[in-house]
Order: sequence, then structure tokens, then C-alpha cells
Amino acid sequence: MFKLFEPNKIFKITSTAPKYVLFLFIIVLSIGLVEALVISPEDYKQSDAVRIMYVHVPAAWISLGIFSSITFFSICGFVFRNKNFFLISKSLASSGLVFNIVALVTGSIWGKPTWGTWWAWDARITSMLILALFYLMYLIVWRIYDKEEKVYKISTFVTILGIINVPIIKYSVDWWNTLHQPASINILSKSSIHSSMLYPLLLMTAAFALFSLLIFLMKYNTELIKIKNKGLDRL
Amino acid sequence: MINELLSMNGYAVYVLPAFSFTLLSFLGLYFVTKRQFVREQNKFVAKFGSLTNEQANSAKLQRINKEILANATND
Repeated sequence: MFKLFEPNKIFKITSTAPKYVLFLFIIVLSIGLVEALVISPEDYKQSDAVRIMYVHVPAAWISLGIFSSITFFSICGFVFRNKNFFLISKSLASSGLVFNIVALVTGSIWGKPTWGTWWAWDARITSMLILALFYLMYLIVWRIYDKEEKVYKISTFVTILGIINVPIIKYSVDWWNTLHQPASINILSKSSIHSSMLYPLLLMTAAFALFSLLIFLMKYNTELIKIKNKGLDRL
Repeated sequence: MINELLSMNGYAVYVLPAFSFTLLSFLGLYFVTKRQFVREQNKFVAKFGSLTNEQANSAKLQRINKEILANATND
């Protein structure tokens, strides 16, 4: 089954897809920005400061999703002895780190008007900072080691250690007494957020997901060309 | 009306930097990634150009090599 997804076979798709994804991203982002900054109502408690949620929450969700995907693909790479999985993991990491930083910075900006401070060593915020450190460690491993086998082993180890932090981030607001508010959106039960705010939030999440797909495709194509460059050297 | 919209009840000083930081981070990541891609693509084209006819024909047996070259000339 994996042969169907071999880089040589899917390059035609991965190399033409970015321009369509970019086009779709610009459209969804534009609608999302209008919804988030103009149309959506202010909050009865936080007033217009609540609009920061439309960039902060999607960025946090996607950085968590990307790290979980990186771990999944790294483990698959080991189980199925397939290099393509490691290539997918590596191509996902940089956008995951940027989303993580965006979540931290926008969260800090949101903290000032709502909590009266830019930063607090609260369980949710600290665990998100730890996730950013795991992203950094993962990317550094790919930079400093040359031998493929060593990179695969160490980077997978980093992701397995880091994935322990993901449920801690998710449940930190329930397990500890934190400044951070509990989750307003639940997949399994009724969400406490009104549809007039949920709609722009989902639109912005879709835009951010499209952006991470765009960066992933561009990185993946770059990695494939790098491999082919090495192949030409061997001719 | 526009002033009201821009001031966001006094919270624009927080909201606009948060959105600006996000969009600038996206722009930065996009251009860095694009530059890396173009650099590797140009390296590939240059290496391919320096191959002998025999080596080039052997490299062209792989479909992906032909596609990289085609994309590079289209861009």
C-alpha cells in the first residue's frame, strides 16, 4: 500500500498542489479576518479583547495537532521501516513551531487586558512553552546529526518524550488551578461558545490548517529535491 | 463608526498587534520556505546541466527528475 504514496509517484501532485492551497488559504483567511475583526460580536465580559481568541486558539490547536502527527509519522517510520514517514514528520515541524510561538505570543498579549499580566508560570502556559522546546529539540536533531539512522532514532525519541506533554497541555486547566480558562469547545459535549463566535473561530482554524498544509507541501518538495540532488552527485 | 471599529473599545492596542504578529509570522515562514525550495530547485537544475549526455539520460529515467526540471522551467 505504501508504494502508492512513494515520493516518486506523488511528486506530480505535491508539486502542483501548493498554488491551489495558497489560493484557497487567501480566500478563507480573508473571510475569516472579516468575520473575526468586524462581524463577530464583542464578549459581554472581555469586550473586544476576545477577538484575540480567533488567532490564539487555532494556532494552539494546530501546533498540538502537528506535534501529534509528527510523533505518529515518526513511530510509523520505525514500525514500517519507511523513510518517507520521517520526511513527512520533518516537513511538518517548522510550521508546528511557528504556530506554537504564535499561540504563546498572542496568549501573552491576551493575558495583559484579561489577567493584568503578560506572563504567568501557569500550568497551561508553561506546558505550551515546553512543547515549543520539544519542537526546537526536534528541529535541532535534524540539523546537527548527519547519519540518517541516528537522526531517525533520536528525533523519534524526542517526539515520544514530547507527546507525553500533549495530554498535560489539554487537561492542565482541569487538573490544576490555573489562570487560563477551561475549554469552551468540546467535541463530545455541548460547547459553551455561541455560534456567532464559533463560526469565525472555525473559519480561522480552517485558514490556519490550509497554511500548515501549504508549508508542509513546500517543505516536503524541498526535501525530495534535496534527496534527488544527492542522487545526481552519485551518477 | 470607523473610529469605533478601529478602537475596539480601547482593546485595539492588544487585538491588532496579536493579528499583525500572526500574519507577519506566516509571511516570514512562507518566504523562508519558498527561498529554500527555489535554492534547492536551482541547485538541481545547475547539477543536471553539468551532467554528460549519458548521465542525463540515465537521470531522466526517473520521472521525478523530469518533473523537477519541468517545474523549474515553468516557475
